[in-house]
Amino acid sequence: MIKYLFAKEKDIPGGTAAIFFSFSAIMWFIIGTGIGSFNAAKLAFPDWFTHLYALQFGHMRQVHVHAVIFGWITGAFAASAMYVVPQLGNTKLWSEKLGVWNCFLWNVGLALGLSTLWFGMTSGREYSDFIWPIDIYIALVMVLPLFINIFMSIVTRRTQGIYTTNWFFAGSFFMLIIVFLVGNAPEFFHLTGLNEAYMTWWFAHNVLGLLITPVAAAITYYIVPKVTGNPLYSHRVGHLHFWSIVVFYSTPAAHHLMSSPLPEWLKSFASVEGVLILVPAVAYVCNILLTMQGKWAMFVENVEIKYTITGVLLAIPLNMQGGFQQTRAINWYVHGTGWIVAHAHLALLGFSTFAEAAAVYYGIQTIARRKLYSLSLANFHFWMLLIGFSLYWVSMTIAGLIQGAGKIYEVPYMDIVIAEHPYMIVRWLGGTMVFLGNFVWLYNMYMTVKAGDKLPVGLQPQDVAYVR
Amino acid sequence: MGFREYRVGSILFGVALSGSMFVTVYMPGLDISGVSSTATALEKQLTYGKNSGFDYGDLFLHGTDKPIKVILKTDPVTGASIDDTAAYVFKPGTSFPSGLIHDHILGEKVQALSTSEGKVGQANQAAGGVFLVTSKVTNGVETPYIEFATATKGWGVDATLSAASETILAGAGKTMFVREGCWWCHTLLPEQTHDWQSFGRPPVLGDFNGESPTTFGSDRKAPDLLHVGSRNSSKEWMTLHFFNPRLVQPHSIMPRYDYLWGPKDKAGKAIDLAKWDEEFVAYRDGESVYPPDVPEYADDSEIRYLMDFVLNLK
Repeated sequence: MIKYLFAKEKDIPGGTAAIFFSFSAIMWFIIGTGIGSFNAAKLAFPDWFTHLYALQFGHMRQVHVHAVIFGWITGAFAASAMYVVPQLGNTKLWSEKLGVWNCFLWNVGLALGLSTLWFGMTSGREYSDFIWPIDIYIALVMVLPLFINIFMSIVTRRTQGIYTTNWFFAGSFFMLIIVFLVGNAPEFFHLTGLNEAYMTWWFAHNVLGLLITPVAAAITYYIVPKVTGNPLYSHRVGHLHFWSIVVFYSTPAAHHLMSSPLPEWLKSFASVEGVLILVPAVAYVCNILLTMQGKWAMFVENVEIKYTITGVLLAIPLNMQGGFQQTRAINWYVHGTGWIVAHAHLALLGFSTFAEAAAVYYGIQTIARRKLYSLSLANFHFWMLLIGFSLYWVSMTIAGLIQGAGKIYEVPYMDIVIAEHPYMIVRWLGGTMVFLGNFVWLYNMYMTVKAGDKLPVGLQPQDVAYVR
Repeated sequence: MGFREYRVGSILFGVALSGSMFVTVYMPGLDISGVSSTATALEKQLTYGKNSGFDYGDLFLHGTDKPIKVILKTDPVTGASIDDTAAYVFKPGTSFPSGLIHDHILGEKVQALSTSEGKVGQANQAAGGVFLVTSKVTNGVETPYIEFATATKGWGVDATLSAASETILAGAGKTMFVREGCWWCHTLLPEQTHDWQSFGRPPVLGDFNGESPTTFGSDRKAPDLLHVGSRNSSKEWMTLHFFNPRLVQPHSIMPRYDYLWGPKDKAGKAIDLAKWDEEFVAYRDGESVYPPDVPEYADDSEIRYLMDFVLNLK
């Protein structure tokens, strides 16, 4: 990497930045899920490993959250955007050198940010836990160069139109900068009280709604038509998806605070807008699944399609939960319980992780021009991820329903903790499976670059048979 | 970009995003900022100071730059006996809370009373001073306000601290609450729809003015703490529970906070956590009858701050 940081632009091979981002994202995924698994173990067995105080739950929880959101999820988004945008525009990345520096400074910033969090330096605000100097670094040094690179690659494209995927890439990274700067305003300007609390959740909602969900969808808009060879079912429905994301998904932030004393009009407004999230959700899922017409065999036979479509199928329960769990009728039951934890993991570890894993599998093969090293290892990784995630999701959903029942029937709190214990163990097992599966993935990706069969000129990975 | 549609699209995108932010950021901000502080909010501001998270005054979240809450039974100047009074002592240089340095935090009426009756205009951060939360009834409506006791009663910082019958370091304790991540599991928000009986009165709109961060918490893996000091005010129980929750609650999943005791106990004796753990394991496995003793914490230990914060949540 050092070599390319100081190389001339023309000496850096196309796709270098995407490869660096891919591997850095996988590494952060291993770190993030490893910490997640450790935290889960502490919730199941609190007297286990209590000696190292640096590893206390209260310090490690936010490190897990930010390692996966910014290291894995957003890192994998950057990796995907950096090879997908040039391919869709029939051009090169605007600046590979900026991309390589972006990746380098991304990792430096994240390591620094996570260390300060670990050390206990926090703003005390969920999802915007980073202290404000780190927030400014993330917005201006990590995300802004990424946006410029992607946006300029789209501007300098050599095709006429702009494909659906690229609307989302350009729009989402732009909105991420805005969301980051506005969402952290309480820290920059010392806003207090409910304004601060509300802005915290405005940020938390929009960082998910305007970045993670739409970019994950953008990736599937690319992978499914590209690999199956089917054209996208409907660009018009894609339009509906894009515009309803901007209009509806950016508005229901207050539904995270339904039981707090916010103004009632705000809660009602957020709740109605929250249900309208189903508009982009249904448009998107239908569009992708209809694109699969006639190619469903690839769901079984092709690694990238298997991952992508699993992600899209997981988006169905995700959006149904997301649309309805925030209404007053349901929120009073599930608010603040493990149900919400399960839902958050369905969005990040279910839907978007599966979509991004597909993008990373496909990207590394197309950039390195080599066929996947081992189908068996990829399948092993897939099942570790899917079974691990499912154990996590189901156990936390059940735990959440127990907590919900416990809180409305005013069961003594200790009895709820005792009832949840088995599910805490299952959650830990599930998380650990995901963690272990990722090592296999890293090995498979490394071996693909080093020892995968070279792709013949003019052929794409999906055109060549698997070897192992 | 070539196509006219893309120009139109970009403009519409800008309109949609700004429209959305107008409705979801500007309008609620305007609405929330118009709400007056309640007495609870005034107490919280004076107890917790300016900021409990990362701030210039406390980069590493050690609980510095925080006011001291004291309970007075006697008047610090005259020595005469008075009803139990909570006073908030700001040593010289301690950052003032937002309500004292910014308009629109206290609310119009509260701010007017604090200025006219409470003389808060005379307070300045470099000199410090002592504050009280008082209220005045006008036309049958009770309005709380901040009183600058240094100006109205002549109570100085040192005199008030030495007259204190109880010193509560809840401001520093809130910093511990934020830094140690207590709020990842314990909420400070009894929900409006239910759980009033278990956890007490839910907060109202003006209860948060000037507090930063509010640390509601979102994931309730443990009981709500907003009124915990009213449910359980036993310092002994809390001490055991913080050191190792399993001592008093065998099925608890709360982490141990024994490390907040620091290196020495109250008597200045070194605390040997490894040895304690060995004895605890023996007790847990039934090899010894009694659990090891929990050391008494030092007055300036971090656990003391946290304990004061928790017990102060009435």
